[in-house]
Amino acid sequence: MSDPASEPAGPRVGLFVTCLVDLIRPSVGFAAVKLLEDAGCVVEVPAAQTCCGQPAYNSGDRSNAVAIARQVVDAFSEFDHVVAPSGSCAGMIRTHYPSLLGDDPEYGAKAKSVAAKTYELVSFLTDVMGVERVSARFYGAVTYHDSCAGLRELGVKQQPRRLLATVTGLTVQEMSEPEVCCGFGGTFSVKYPDVSNAIVEKKVADIASARAPLLLAGDLGCLMNMAGKLRREGRHVSARHVAEVLAGMTDTAPIAQGEPVTNPGAKR
Amino acid sequence: MQSTAHAFKGNAARALEDRQLQEALANVPKGFVGKRAEARARLPEFDALRDQARDLKNHVLANLDLYLEEYERKVFEVGGKVHWAASAGDAREIVLSICREAGAKTVVKGKSMITEEIGLNDHLEGAGIEPIETDLGEYLIQIRGEAPSHIIAPAVHLTKEQVEADFRRLHRDLPEDRRLEEVDELVAEARSVLRDKFLAADVGITGANMLIAETGSSVIVTNEGNGDLSQTLAKVHIVVASLEKVVPTLEDACTILRILARSATGQECSTYTTFSTGPRRAGDPDGPEAYHVVLLDNGRSELLGTDFREVLRCIRCGACMNHCPVYQAVGGHAYGWVYPGPIGSVLTPSLIGVEEAGPLPNASTFCGRCEAVCPMRIPLPGLMRKWRELEFEKVPPPFAQRFALKSWAWFARHPRLYQFASGLVIPVVARMAGKKGAFNKLPFGNGWTRHRDFPAPQGRTFHQQWRNQKRRRARS
Amino acid sequence: MSPHPRDGRDAILGRVRRALGVGAEDAERRVAIQKRLYDHVRNLVPARTKGSADDLIKQFKEMLESQSAKVSEVGTADEIPELIAKELRDNNLPSRLRMGDDGFLVEIDWDRAPTLEIERGRSDGHDPVGLSHALVGVSETGTLILISGADNPTTLNFLPETHIVVVRAEDIVGPYEDVWERLRETYGERAMPRAVNMIAGPSRTGDIEQTIVMGAHGPRRVHVIVVEE
Repeated sequence: MSDPASEPAGPRVGLFVTCLVDLIRPSVGFAAVKLLEDAGCVVEVPAAQTCCGQPAYNSGDRSNAVAIARQVVDAFSEFDHVVAPSGSCAGMIRTHYPSLLGDDPEYGAKAKSVAAKTYELVSFLTDVMGVERVSARFYGAVTYHDSCAGLRELGVKQQPRRLLATVTGLTVQEMSEPEVCCGFGGTFSVKYPDVSNAIVEKKVADIASARAPLLLAGDLGCLMNMAGKLRREGRHVSARHVAEVLAGMTDTAPIAQGEPVTNPGAKR
Repeated sequence: MQSTAHAFKGNAARALEDRQLQEALANVPKGFVGKRAEARARLPEFDALRDQARDLKNHVLANLDLYLEEYERKVFEVGGKVHWAASAGDAREIVLSICREAGAKTVVKGKSMITEEIGLNDHLEGAGIEPIETDLGEYLIQIRGEAPSHIIAPAVHLTKEQVEADFRRLHRDLPEDRRLEEVDELVAEARSVLRDKFLAADVGITGANMLIAETGSSVIVTNEGNGDLSQTLAKVHIVVASLEKVVPTLEDACTILRILARSATGQECSTYTTFSTGPRRAGDPDGPEAYHVVLLDNGRSELLGTDFREVLRCIRCGACMNHCPVYQAVGGHAYGWVYPGPIGSVLTPSLIGVEEAGPLPNASTFCGRCEAVCPMRIPLPGLMRKWRELEFEKVPPPFAQRFALKSWAWFARHPRLYQFASGLVIPVVARMAGKKGAFNKLPFGNGWTRHRDFPAPQGRTFHQQWRNQKRRRARS
Repeated sequence: MSPHPRDGRDAILGRVRRALGVGAEDAERRVAIQKRLYDHVRNLVPARTKGSADDLIKQFKEMLESQSAKVSEVGTADEIPELIAKELRDNNLPSRLRMGDDGFLVEIDWDRAPTLEIERGRSDGHDPVGLSHALVGVSETGTLILISGADNPTTLNFLPETHIVVVRAEDIVGPYEDVWERLRETYGERAMPRAVNMIAGPSRTGDIEQTIVMGAHGPRRVHVIVVEE
């Protein structure tokens, strides 16, 4: 091997872990790190991060949203790119920070620059890093839910499907309406639990109709909602973040399932 | 119309329990959503037309005063009369006085959301004039004493069995052996009942999809032809329209027409598009003898000066509600006022106040599909969020909610304490779940766990694990 | 008629101007608006409206058929009486129709179908069949343009259960915008006939369970006859 010092270092990527991955499912964060490193990035995880501020922003609490946004901007402005394993959080930074902080004399320019270099994980891999394939294996069929913010704010649609198509042994079986909201909506699921439930009920029926044993998506919020419903209804569909499959890190238990379900074909 | 928007949550809960409603609502995505997508695919210029329509309406709004003056002048020139109504009450009075002057006993109405907004029917009835809705859907809900649940398919919440029962109850001359099981039999029955009403009516009232400043024309778009019969047969035609319906030219009207029906029903165009310009002319064998336009403000001029100006681009196609997961789940009545779905969630607080309609802009997952399909590119989720911000300032949320949000925000703004606290709590929560991997009950989240399990944390937080890993890497 | 109409008008326009931050005497804006009203520039016109005359006729026909109208083509206007007589027989309809004073329709040699009874003037709702002559056919959406007046009374478009509409092939245009051009030639700048009815097939409703049914209030059947010559 040549001297690492002479190798041109890859871009420095600040990983925005997202609060849900941090608290509920760290394995998604490690899968993201692996995918980014495999793509040649130098990954750092700034300690001064908590949440993107959406709970405040979407509750109408603009002042807290602004304060949190400033904090994120400060923590991430030094990186070449900011990447989040979530279309929702990446969309918050990329499309909403400029309007939150745009007029802020101190933060306006900085916020726009951070926004412009922030990406959702999978689309970053394909669209920025030019990743065309992954080395993972997964034997079985999956179905894919397009999370709303990733799909409509960031245009994430084909990218995960393109990479999933390169996973050895994996086939994607589409549900009939992958672009329909799962009913999570962050604080919406808490404020209007019954309406949220009516929406996720239809969603899991559609998921089940795809006849794939595993549901994938790019946002942990939606996944927790759908996985929680699938489990409650006793449906035989597990759920994972797409990064875990793309990184070949599927030895953890699926979301909302305690006993590890071993996938004999998974890469060790 | 009396609003129940403040009670959205209760309205929604009842709607979710209503089996007939749920059965009827299942038709919405099957019909409108798929047909719109096909219509869009057939017209490659569709999205470019949306951009132009947005710019066109922005131009109109920026010059609304001048286009309204031009429009009024042209209506006057062709022998029509324009009445300006500052409020719903003014509009009601104006319409009533025209009807009285015409000696009207019955009034036939084309479909008009504006007359719903001003509560016209009750007012006319109170004055002894019988208003008859002639759009089939509007007729069905009028005989039930209900409000529309959709702006283009007002009776979308009803099943054909309900319609049959209503006809059997209310149409007195109906023989018992008359078959009314199928939709076409129901339509034929309504047609024959309403045909007599058209021929007998003294005044016809319609809304307007557009008003054209160039020529003083009003435009209505229908599939049934009821709007045309309403305005052609009666002696007097009254158009009730809000200010923002004006467009500059006939060419501009074409741009809107090209996106309207495709967005609404997925048709290439509606069956009938009618441009009406003034009353009957010399030598005309038919058409109304008098032509009145009631221009309604009702709060719109105030909106022009606010962030909510964009909502005035709306052409009332209904695409936002057709595609809304919340609307699809609860239907239109849950929204509690005239305009349901995402457009209602923005418009209702604008017109009747956020104190009354506060729940509506909150009742959205922000999935963004409404904005994605809106032909006029109205940023509906962004405007709903704006209402949430104004509501947050004006009407502080209940204590528990405020406390939860405040404490969360405090921690979120103090990363070190946040990570310290989450590092203590999360592993404990994970251990509590044991091997189950999820909770079926949570002390503070019973809204969630009433319907679904809550996934348990895996164990230590990502930041804890990352710090340890870094330390290990540094040591080795 | 209304309590204080001028108050309403001036108050509303005043509020609009305050909200927009503009004055009433804004010469620059006024000039721009007048220009726009008289220039009536076309916005984006879909490419499907461009094509040879034959293409447009074909599109017009296909669109109308997809909208549940029936379309027939005849070489000359004199073929129309027999075609209509046969059509009415085939549909078990009385051999009776009503039309206005339209020059093109009046000129037709109706004696070619002696059984056909023809009435003239507006409809009172008791006519089974109405006959009209469309000024223009718009191919982009298969739409007939009917103009109010004694020639083609508007009531004929909506009251009879069957509506037969004659349109000359040479009057079939691509986009809606061509209609306005024709109307401005006839009626002048900034003027319109009382009613311009765009009709794209039979009356329909989907108001009960989104099931489409023809003949909601207007005609159940629309039969379009395109005359080549």
